[in-house]
Amino acid sequence: MRIECPHCGERDRREFYYVGDAVALARPAPDAGPDAWDDYLHNRDNPAGDTNDLWYHEGGCGAWIVVSRNTVTHAVHRTKLAQKAAS
Amino acid sequence: MGYSGFGIIKEGLFGQKGWKPLWRDPAPKARYDAIIIGGGGHGLATAYYLAREHGLTNIAVLEKGHIGSGNIGRNTTIVRANYFLPGNQEFYSHSLKLWEGMERELNYNVMHSQRGLINLFHSDGQRDAFVRRGNAMINQGDDAILLDRDGVRSHLPYLDFDNARFPIYGGLYHPRGGTARHDAVAWGYARGADQRGVDLIQNCEVTGIDIENGVVTGVQTTRGPIKARKVGIVTAGRSGQVAAMAGMRLPIESHVLQAFVTEGLKPVIDHVVSFGMGHFYISQSDKGGLVFGGDLDFYASYAARGNLPMKEHVMEAAMTLMPMIGKARVLRSWGGIMDMTPDGSPIIDTTPTKGLFIDCGWCYGGFKAVPASGFAFAHLMATGQPHATAAKFRLDRFRTGVGLMDEEGTGSQHNLH
Repeated sequence: MRIECPHCGERDRREFYYVGDAVALARPAPDAGPDAWDDYLHNRDNPAGDTNDLWYHEGGCGAWIVVSRNTVTHAVHRTKLAQKAAS
Repeated sequence: MGYSGFGIIKEGLFGQKGWKPLWRDPAPKARYDAIIIGGGGHGLATAYYLAREHGLTNIAVLEKGHIGSGNIGRNTTIVRANYFLPGNQEFYSHSLKLWEGMERELNYNVMHSQRGLINLFHSDGQRDAFVRRGNAMINQGDDAILLDRDGVRSHLPYLDFDNARFPIYGGLYHPRGGTARHDAVAWGYARGADQRGVDLIQNCEVTGIDIENGVVTGVQTTRGPIKARKVGIVTAGRSGQVAAMAGMRLPIESHVLQAFVTEGLKPVIDHVVSFGMGHFYISQSDKGGLVFGGDLDFYASYAARGNLPMKEHVMEAAMTLMPMIGKARVLRSWGGIMDMTPDGSPIIDTTPTKGLFIDCGWCYGGFKAVPASGFAFAHLMATGQPHATAAKFRLDRFRTGVGLMDEEGTGSQHNLH
């Protein structure tokens, strides 16, 4: 699997640290209550198919990247800086 | 039909023509007392113990493929009880005891081989951790022996003891640990359940779970609707999809774990051995193939195949530990879909829907748990109460933070286990 870093171009998967589902882009408000926070921290859609997850370009530029990919085929569709995806 | 040595000799003399299928191939009935979704090891064991322990025989196991086609036929076959935390300890201890009586009870040869498991350590700190783990195992009533270098050498003379980076300091020896023939475990439980009247329905995929006023009433399948007042979800890596049919989101992310097997070799590795400074473990199958594996690839995946970086890590660890392995040729590798929870421990619990139960989150350690998971899940489904050995596998422990079982001590968070 190779991942396209928006800054550095296509790189080996080993340069990236996998953080998990890109839920961090929709973080609940601090006072959203325990159910919302439990759901955010623990529960996952865990789709068999297209998903968005968050990777950190640890061995490169240090960017946080939202990777749109398929969990069944391992195809990487597109990548985006988390900074831009969140705004 | 019971199996015996006499029967095998008789069939040998008469052309092996008397063997019969191990289970029926029934069509689904319109209604059962209970339905198990998932005909893997855990699901089959659940059905078996529901019938044997609780007298529930009007039950069905629904399997979308064929019996034994999932993780039960794709794992590295290790059976052990070397857990450290309360909750896990009593459960795996119970499981190992069930393993030890399984062949006699099922009248089926699962080739359970208690050849001993040795977890190696490579530093003083690791030795301390293993001393503590070994004491915990002994307190639980299981067996653990701390081996020094010479002790390890007497068992495993072929290791690279003086490796420059990772010299071997010793190992924690668990003599009752070992391996079993994974497919036979599925077949043995399937046969045992079928003999007690359980319908094993293959090629029957569940497409919906019927719920009325918060109570489960049955399931929709590719072979028509089936009614039942109790439904158990035991679908391993696919738990998320099945639970979604009941409107649930689970604390589970499915990951890929790879395994490898070499060409058949003469007996060379007598134990199950794990490396302490990289994720690598190995045993030799009775056919002669070296069966080994490592860590997750560490990204969500349903592909049932992995990528090259983890293959490279596993091969490097193998060469570091036992350089002789470089002469063996890898025959094949594959990947399984692991239902990973945030703390790395499983879930056997009720759900917010009355009559709906779930057994999932076995991460990369489900095989050894098969008998005790089936035993405990059957108890829960039959009585509504958790079995004493699995009382801590609660679904709400992540929400409350009470009773998290982070065996590796890395933190209760997705992506860390």
